[in-house]
Amino acid sequence: MLSISLRRIVQAIPTLCFIATATFLLLRLAPGGPFDQEKALAPEVKAQVEAFYGLDKPLWQQYLHYLGNLLQGELGPSYKYAGWQVEHIIAQSFPVSLELGCWAFLVALSIGLPIGIAAALNKGRTLDQLLMPTSALGICLPPFVLGPVLLLIFSSTCGWLNPLGWHSAGDRILPALTMGTFYAAFIARLMRASLLEVLQQDYITSAHAKGLNPIRVIGLHAVRNALHPVVAYLGPTLAGLITGSFVIESIFFVPGLGQFFVQAAFNRDYTLVMGTVLFYAILIISFNLLVDLIQIWLNPQSRDA
Amino acid sequence: MRFQLREFITALLWLFCTGCSEFETNVERGARTQMLYYGLGTEPATIDPHLATGLTEFNVMLALFEGLVNIDAATGKLVPGVASSWQQSADGLRYTFQLNPAARWSNGDPVCAEDFCFAYQRILNPQLGAPYAYMLYPIRGAKAFHTGTTNDFQTVGVQAINPYTLEVELEQATPYFLSLLTHNTWWPVHPQTILSQGRPTDRLAPWTQPENFVGNGPFRLKDWRLNHRLSVDKNPYYHGRDSVKLNGIHFLPIEQNAEERAFRADYLHLTSSVPIHRIDWYRKHLPDYMRTEPALGVYYYVFNTAKPPLDDPKVRRALAYAIDREALTQHILKAGQIPAYHFTPPNTSSYSIAAQFKYDPEQARRLLADAGYPHGQGFPEFELTYNTSEAHRTLAVAIQQMWHKELGIQIRLYNQEWKAYLATRQAKDFELLRAAWFGDYNDPYTFLSLAESDNGNNPSNWSDPRYDQWMDLAAKTLDPAERLSYFQRAESYLMEEMPFMPLYFYVTNRLIHPSLEGWYPHILDYHPYQSLSIKQL
Repeated sequence: MLSISLRRIVQAIPTLCFIATATFLLLRLAPGGPFDQEKALAPEVKAQVEAFYGLDKPLWQQYLHYLGNLLQGELGPSYKYAGWQVEHIIAQSFPVSLELGCWAFLVALSIGLPIGIAAALNKGRTLDQLLMPTSALGICLPPFVLGPVLLLIFSSTCGWLNPLGWHSAGDRILPALTMGTFYAAFIARLMRASLLEVLQQDYITSAHAKGLNPIRVIGLHAVRNALHPVVAYLGPTLAGLITGSFVIESIFFVPGLGQFFVQAAFNRDYTLVMGTVLFYAILIISFNLLVDLIQIWLNPQSRDA
Repeated sequence: MRFQLREFITALLWLFCTGCSEFETNVERGARTQMLYYGLGTEPATIDPHLATGLTEFNVMLALFEGLVNIDAATGKLVPGVASSWQQSADGLRYTFQLNPAARWSNGDPVCAEDFCFAYQRILNPQLGAPYAYMLYPIRGAKAFHTGTTNDFQTVGVQAINPYTLEVELEQATPYFLSLLTHNTWWPVHPQTILSQGRPTDRLAPWTQPENFVGNGPFRLKDWRLNHRLSVDKNPYYHGRDSVKLNGIHFLPIEQNAEERAFRADYLHLTSSVPIHRIDWYRKHLPDYMRTEPALGVYYYVFNTAKPPLDDPKVRRALAYAIDREALTQHILKAGQIPAYHFTPPNTSSYSIAAQFKYDPEQARRLLADAGYPHGQGFPEFELTYNTSEAHRTLAVAIQQMWHKELGIQIRLYNQEWKAYLATRQAKDFELLRAAWFGDYNDPYTFLSLAESDNGNNPSNWSDPRYDQWMDLAAKTLDPAERLSYFQRAESYLMEEMPFMPLYFYVTNRLIHPSLEGWYPHILDYHPYQSLSIKQL
């Protein structure tokens, strides 16, 4: 496992370099700059500001300068928020996204897995026919619809929860539900399909024929093997959940990383875009590695693959 | 086991429900603690008064800083701020300010005349790249220092006569000079704090972070987390602390639609705006909660006068006269905006326009025929560029239809993402462009100077020496009536030439909870916190 991990980490370096280069170039190709505003800056003022941030230098110099700083662990200053460093912004907002992502992940798993298993075990029966359309609804309902609907019910009508904010424990419920429901629906469908396939395997039939406890057969043998595709899906899902969501954060006023990710692009805040993109890339690579390691643990045969 | 689980769930539900039933809203908490919950609409980019440009930033900084003069919330008149009194020389070129010895920074240091000199030197230092440094150009020598003609600050007309006397010499008489001082560019900064964090011109110095920040306003910075909350509490050193009723303010950068929802749930006392689709509802159901106040801003379209057929003033006038602005404001915008048939907003200082055009489709058709396009025949299709927004699009579609109906011409609509739109405007690569302008101070000059030949915010390619001359004469004259008459002539001429086609004047719409007292309308959206208090309902 150690050698696999090391190999994957080495492989990640050129990937990250490519992402950094592509993001840098795409950002500079986009029209407009960080210091363009409705009331245009006087040309000499704009030149001063751009010189201060090194934006007057040739593009390759700016790129090398950025990479140099990156190697020293510096993501640079935000162009939009004067006096704020990008690493400071990420350090402040990522824990919120992480927490929300974990809650949403928990929601997704705790709803998705039981529904998927129940539907598979009751294939074709009423429960299956009830659960599967519901999960399809979960996939079809985008967060910007589900979020306001949940708010309408639990905040505006019942008055049980805050309409927005990130202060009390109760403030986590609606964003986590909104975020997790979509993934729960996917997990349920994936789990159902996978479990149905496993249940048809010979070794399950043998286990039943030998008179093993059905709960043990399903829980230990079938579900564990059916989890493979679900686990493969969970890696990028968890990475996506914990890096924040612009829509969820905007609806519920959650101070996570997702808003910066989107706003920075609109603001042409070059360093903040670069910082968040690279951070996101590292997270995805790490989670993919983690998923691979879990899959090897679940099925040692996949080590060779 | 099953019984225990059921009990556990029941207990959880009970806890949840009882916990929620005793839930205290922010509005209730605010009335109890005199803490104001203020929706900002967006995150302030900075609270450095020398780098800030927007109204959001201004609203936050107004709690943290104080200039030489303030505006009285109720009367709108200028009242002492850090300066307890001031004298103007007979020729109007020299102002002497006596500072209030009781004025203090939030760390207890006295606010001295030298602090203002330091602040003015910092903002005018070209290395800082302060976006609004030009606001200080009325000071003698300020422009030369800022543009690098000289690097000797002694040549700039600002002097600390003694620790509590500041003298400012002007380039020429500026009738609106005192009202300029309420703008954040004229506010002092604490020299020791800034110097302790690096060079005065270092834009990255973290002096605005809560652990470092020192201000001289009625409140001091307590906590700031981006996209979450910026909180201030009462400054115990503020000279007028006894008249400040609020104990603190939570500024919440909540996006417009979520802000309205938050207001309905008593999460906010005050919002930055009202979503268009909710205005009618509030007018009907909660009229006391919504405040519509005039604003010093104009929404207009810019013609690129270098591109035919828009290079012909007759065509530009024809297009302007064919728009029914009443229909736009009443049926599309619906937020109380004022139809604009001239460029400078009403209520701009003591200025009144000499002439205005009107909605006259008949005259528009005649002008278009005179320009060689009877009934719009042969009129080439042109493009209207606007930044992506549902409100801009709706208005553009309505105007497109009006022009088609009245003049028989076709236009294409082209929306661009904000920064792309700004780049298009900068490159003057458009035919017709949506634009808006908000006055920095209450004087017609802030609007009419836009059309001057050398103004960087005039992308129309329109330039006229006669217009420039009137503006120049207005700037130099000492007689207020004569000055305004030059502005009137300039504006009348501007509306004949029509490089800018005004559409409507802005209003500010806000939701204000009835428990908030002491909020008065102001054309520059200047709302000092000293007058505010929250009552129990």
